[in-house]
Amino acid sequence: MSALAADVGVGAELFSATRSVDRAALVRYAGASGDFNPIHWNERFALEVGLPGVIAHGMLTMGVAGSALTDWLDDPTDVLSYGVRFTRPVPVPDPGAVELLIVATVGAVDAGAGTARVDLRVTVEDKTVLGKAQAQVRLH
Amino acid sequence: MTEVNADLVGRVFSGTPPCVVSAVKIAEFAEAVGAHSPLHHDTAAARAAGHTDVIAPVTFAVVIAQRAEAEYINSPEAGIDFSRVVHANEAFTAHRPIVAGDRLHAAVHVDAVTERAGIAMVSTRCEITDDAGDPVSSVTSTLAVRGADA
Repeated sequence: MSALAADVGVGAELFSATRSVDRAALVRYAGASGDFNPIHWNERFALEVGLPGVIAHGMLTMGVAGSALTDWLDDPTDVLSYGVRFTRPVPVPDPGAVELLIVATVGAVDAGAGTARVDLRVTVEDKTVLGKAQAQVRLH
Repeated sequence: MTEVNADLVGRVFSGTPPCVVSAVKIAEFAEAVGAHSPLHHDTAAARAAGHTDVIAPVTFAVVIAQRAEAEYINSPEAGIDFSRVVHANEAFTAHRPIVAGDRLHAAVHVDAVTERAGIAMVSTRCEITDDAGDPVSSVTSTLAVRGADA
């Protein structure tokens, strides 16, 4: 548990974390979010529309990466804004799970505004799945 | 070419009924995205941190935004074939935390429709406000809609 100190340096690595996503996690997210698109739970349907198989909701990948950051912070409300680009689908095997690697570094510091930009690098097997994943975080 | 109707840029969709946020829904969403801060799960911890009740995870506003965006996306005049939609980007700005007990209203603004190479990029901004009309969260989203020949 931590907070971002006002004297944090650009380039500082805050944490590195891995998170597993399996098919059960997709069902759980579908229910919690209300996003029941069958590409996230129906293998036959996903293959029919040209996907490699069932894929994770982009918003689940974004949510998991954001949660890694808010769990690292003492106060999740230190995250003032958070945005991503969805650059690559994340297939979720069955049986098994896909492993997301999340590395958070400080991309910029705005001492005047009392905020820092935290960049989240989110990869699966060394391939980036979220582009420009950035959060604006309050400094203390 | 896609069928996406660029004439709707500037239109605001606000017909989705208000959403009353419960602690159960917050806990369920937090569990689904692996957000383990006690502030999402434990009312006493949230109150000790100065909130009236548990607060929602950073991407929770998507639950409200996507429900509201559906009013636009599903409207026949939008010209959006949802089976050809891919999510391109998403961003959240918190004006204040979403707290259990909030009754929230959503207005979806159609900000831009641009088309190139047979793909329409549709950008929306969902402004979420509370019962007092004060801003709670802004959610921007861009969908890529493929044309029939893309």
